[in-house]
Amino acid sequence: MHVSLRSGVYADSVKLMQVSKTVGARDGVVAVLVAMATPLNLELAAGMGLSPEGDPKPDQLLIALRATDDAELAAAVTAVEAALTAREERGSADAIPPRTLGFAMGEDQDVPLAVISVPGPYAVAEAMDAVAAGRSVLVFSDGVPVEHEVALKQAAHEAGVLVMGPDCGTAIVSGVALGFANVVRPGPVGLVAASGTGAQQVSCLLDMAGVGVSHVLGTGGRDLSAAVGGLATLDALRMLDADDATERVLLVSKPPAPEVAAEVTRTAAELGTVFSSAALSADSPDLTAAVEALLRDMGTEVPAWPTRAGADRPTPAGAVLKGFYSGGTLADEAMLVAAPALGDVRSNTPLKPELDLGAEFGATGHVVVDFGDDALTVGRAHPMIDPTLRLEAVAGLAASGEPAVLLMDVVLGYGADPDPAGALVPAIRDLAFPVVVALVGTEGDPQGWSRQADALAAAGAHVFASNSAATRFALDLIGASK
Amino acid sequence: MSNLLSGRPAVVAAGVDVFSDALRAQGVAVTDVEWRPPTIGSADDLTQLALDPRRAAANRVAVERVLASRSTLTDVRPASDVLGLSGRILLHSGPPLTWETASGPMRGALMGACLFEGWADTPEAAEQLLASGGVELDSCHHHRAVGPMAGVTSPSMWMWCLTDPTDGRQAFSNLNEGLGKVLRMGAYGPEVITRLHWMTDVMGPILQAAVRSRPEPLDVTGVLAQMLQMGDEAHNRNRAGSLMTLRELSPAIVAVDAPKDDIAEVLRFIGGNEHFFLNLGMPSAKLAMDAVGSIPGSTMVTTLARNGTEFGIRTAGTGDRWFTAPANTPVGLFLGDYGPEDANPDIGDSAIMETYGIGGFCMAAAPAIVRFVGGTVPDALATTERMYQITLQENPAMQVPILGFRGAPTGIDVLSVARTGWLPQINTGMAGRVAGTGQVGAGLVQPPAACFEQAVAALAEESRAALA
Repeated sequence: MHVSLRSGVYADSVKLMQVSKTVGARDGVVAVLVAMATPLNLELAAGMGLSPEGDPKPDQLLIALRATDDAELAAAVTAVEAALTAREERGSADAIPPRTLGFAMGEDQDVPLAVISVPGPYAVAEAMDAVAAGRSVLVFSDGVPVEHEVALKQAAHEAGVLVMGPDCGTAIVSGVALGFANVVRPGPVGLVAASGTGAQQVSCLLDMAGVGVSHVLGTGGRDLSAAVGGLATLDALRMLDADDATERVLLVSKPPAPEVAAEVTRTAAELGTVFSSAALSADSPDLTAAVEALLRDMGTEVPAWPTRAGADRPTPAGAVLKGFYSGGTLADEAMLVAAPALGDVRSNTPLKPELDLGAEFGATGHVVVDFGDDALTVGRAHPMIDPTLRLEAVAGLAASGEPAVLLMDVVLGYGADPDPAGALVPAIRDLAFPVVVALVGTEGDPQGWSRQADALAAAGAHVFASNSAATRFALDLIGASK
Repeated sequence: MSNLLSGRPAVVAAGVDVFSDALRAQGVAVTDVEWRPPTIGSADDLTQLALDPRRAAANRVAVERVLASRSTLTDVRPASDVLGLSGRILLHSGPPLTWETASGPMRGALMGACLFEGWADTPEAAEQLLASGGVELDSCHHHRAVGPMAGVTSPSMWMWCLTDPTDGRQAFSNLNEGLGKVLRMGAYGPEVITRLHWMTDVMGPILQAAVRSRPEPLDVTGVLAQMLQMGDEAHNRNRAGSLMTLRELSPAIVAVDAPKDDIAEVLRFIGGNEHFFLNLGMPSAKLAMDAVGSIPGSTMVTTLARNGTEFGIRTAGTGDRWFTAPANTPVGLFLGDYGPEDANPDIGDSAIMETYGIGGFCMAAAPAIVRFVGGTVPDALATTERMYQITLQENPAMQVPILGFRGAPTGIDVLSVARTGWLPQINTGMAGRVAGTGQVGAGLVQPPAACFEQAVAALAEESRAALA
């Protein structure tokens, strides 16, 4: 037992409780009280059987210890000394990182855009922070319930900001590429796009024509459905109309629901900016044609879209079309272009429900597979990043011996594989049948259109900057073009 | 609204890193959100609340009412007068409870109050009386009152009367008994009862005369604001506040027509109790939170309170409804030989200070307090920084010097708590779990997440019904 009183040493009660705790945590210590000798603390000490002798004063420090043996007791007294003189960390907190979008945005209106890629069920809560703060938001996440999308977009409309998405993979804002987007020269054409790879194809062709884009505003694939009613599309059209850098507006989409199409037409008629539409359908199956029409309308010469000739492999007799795509809209366009020539094309994203391929990617006959379909990207990166699934399908096709012409897309730009040709070349260079590649990108892209095109051509692929041109070339090889 | 197309945008990003990386590669300024999947509330309920068009305005109204409230000390009166308590009724802290569910210190305090009121002559008789349902029990919060720890308030006890000068609303708290073996910590021995009688017979009337004699009522909100400049967070550290109160009241106390010895004893009692101010701070915070009332669509917390068994919260959007769950046990430092096994679960209405945005929320103003959990000064700053992320606004009247005089994080938002996963930080005393023990330590505690889970579900349900 050690009980001592010390004068001229003051420490506040918190510090002393902390010292008691530190020393009390030692194995050999049975009881400890380090406290100023106030009546309350003396009472506590008495209760522990550790009363000091003499006449303690409240300004004296009481050190009272009981330990298992003398050695432990001596060590404990030393530990009290150490704890009393220990220096604490000084004050300065590392910044606490923001856990919500709202807190991260703060009051700084210089940050006009939020990008959200959290899991779909939680995306709207984050997106509403942006809308409430008067900022636009790009929601890359998919799996957002449609009623939440509608509510979010209505709130955004009222706040005068834009919601791009959900499931918006592509946008360009003042030259900044968001998600999967290309390095496109600045220009007078503003795109409103419900389709990601469609917007990429169009913006890349505009770049190659020397025209360029002002902005590419994505809307999410469901925006032009009857349920959503084109809320983001209409707001994006008005935004581009008010933008000084935008002289033309082009809408890139699948066919809107009829009532939504009417609304879009009405709104477009009110714009001061010239509006045109590239809505992909059986009647207008060709994004390249839409771009060419726009160029002619602008009085710009339509260039010869870049190509590279591949190996002169003979088309096997009875060859079928195998379209292995990473871009959903590009797959649609290929089917729309091919259908009149080939008849039925089966697909996991078919033009007609009865042509659904399910998961039978090795099925015989004319087949177009969209490897970027949501059903195939659950728990796996998009094929623009991870080519594994598509390479397996190519190997499977080669092994099957089915006579075929292989049509593929390769999409460049931000977000995509840094060297997609590098991954494809080993898979295609030894194939016996023709390979046709739609290479969507620009010279300015990190991967560089020509570098990728040359590598693919050297491996035997016929390369086209236009997906519809690539598709028609493949049909020519099959001998089915009209 | 900021114009998206006016130039190369700076971006805030929540989610996978590749997007931020790609933007930085283009030279874009990116702020990353350290997003975590919420563990409180379903995704559907959180989205429902996020999308509720009433929420922003309702929360703005709620927190503005808090900020607009002022508290002045206008009177000291017995609870029987001021709360209209008559017959055998005892108020207690936290959500409603019964004798059967009451914890040790709560039982001890209730027994002590029966002895003090003369409803029973012995602790055994008091226990029997309470167990037989002979005393009505109700929450302080249901009577515009708050009480620290057990918060037991009986009809004869004298109450501080705090008034909001702008609208005349009032809130009340009993008088603080000091430290050690005291009723609010569950002690009921003879010294506890003797002290309560002295407070009733001597101190109450002297304080009443003193408070009534002041030319201007004491501005308690102003004292709270000064405390934050002086190292108090006004929950677990009230030293500066207690001294300021003594300074403000002592001239009037000395002038009261009462025996000199009584006046000296009152001054000695106040001066010897560094938590004396707590019972003035709490009803001031209560006054501010009561100003909120019921506001459909608001997700702001109006009450955090514990009764030693359960933690209860209430929100502006759900009004008087309590969301309760078993209370956590505080973590901290212990007096003398006491240890964690001696501590009762969280108890007291004093979390009204955190509800109001100070106490644990202003830990940065009182670095001395963080050491209760063996923490550091940076921990104190970090705690307050986190609380900014779960609250609606900064209170310009309550400033934290070390944070550049930033206002206290005020108005706990249930939705933000759920989304961040950060629970409110409360500083608290610890009562012994055995009735009669008294205080065993002090430390830090958080509400159980289950309270917020229930609140999220109820708010979302109300939202769906209201918007249908």
